[in-house]
Amino acid sequence: MPSSRPFLSPSFQEVSLLPVKTKTSGVKLRLDTMTPQDYEKLSKPYVPSRPVFKNCIRAFLSGGLICVLGQGIQEAFMAIFDMTSREAASPTVAVLILLSVILTSFGVYDKLAQWCGAGTAVPVTGFANSMCSAALEHRAEGLVLGVGGNMFKLAGSVIVFGVVAAFVVGVVYAIMGWGGSH
Amino acid sequence: MIYLWAFLIGGAICVIGQILMDVFKLTPAHTMSTLVVTGAVADAFGLYDPLVKFAGAGASVPITSFGNSLVHGALTELERDGWVGVVTGIFDVTSAGISSAIVFSFLAALVVRPKG
Repeated sequence: MPSSRPFLSPSFQEVSLLPVKTKTSGVKLRLDTMTPQDYEKLSKPYVPSRPVFKNCIRAFLSGGLICVLGQGIQEAFMAIFDMTSREAASPTVAVLILLSVILTSFGVYDKLAQWCGAGTAVPVTGFANSMCSAALEHRAEGLVLGVGGNMFKLAGSVIVFGVVAAFVVGVVYAIMGWGGSH
Repeated sequence: MIYLWAFLIGGAICVIGQILMDVFKLTPAHTMSTLVVTGAVADAFGLYDPLVKFAGAGASVPITSFGNSLVHGALTELERDGWVGVVTGIFDVTSAGISSAIVFSFLAALVVRPKG
């Protein structure tokens, strides 16, 4: 698409393929005519590559441990209060959320999250963490506008998409007349 | 034994989230929304309940179970109350999670001085 950026010097293509030389080669880069694609090409070698495998191992271990903790809490509820596993699910989630909020309040959860990545974000504790940290962060703006208005800033998208998806499923079931085993 | 499966399945769902973030370069919000919708669709096909039976908290603690619970509530009340149940039932099961998250976060904001 050379026609879309008419002011590029002819050597630009060459330079952009060898971005290390741009600082010393003396070739004038017309930054004002740079497209986002050009920028990406230039900056790519400098962006640290993500250690995907290491991150996945960490997410697996930490996420698995949180689920084991949840399982332990659930079994405790079932044993102490004589609940079925379905009855125990709600209080289990509530306890996990309470733990997450406490850890977030002491600034511990965010430190954990740096190491764990998705391992702490995907469990329900991450949902609570996003709400609590948003509430704490905007506390200075007041209880109504700050805490109330921003609490769902990050968690809101999860709720919106979850509810819309559930609604669509419900309508499909209603139209098709499926009772299902639910 | 259920603990082992909870660990493996729960960890695996987190790895899926990590891959969505690292390999597909999604933001955390996009990742979570994707997982929630995945959970909702999985429940629509009746796939999530067997997973919960099999892996316990490994399936019920990750955010995918949030989508699953939303669908559960909607379908349960659809069966009981008819059409209106789709709307009234959506938050039926997830109420505990959302309400406690709101209340605890609010209390934390009242008590805690933000750090950093």
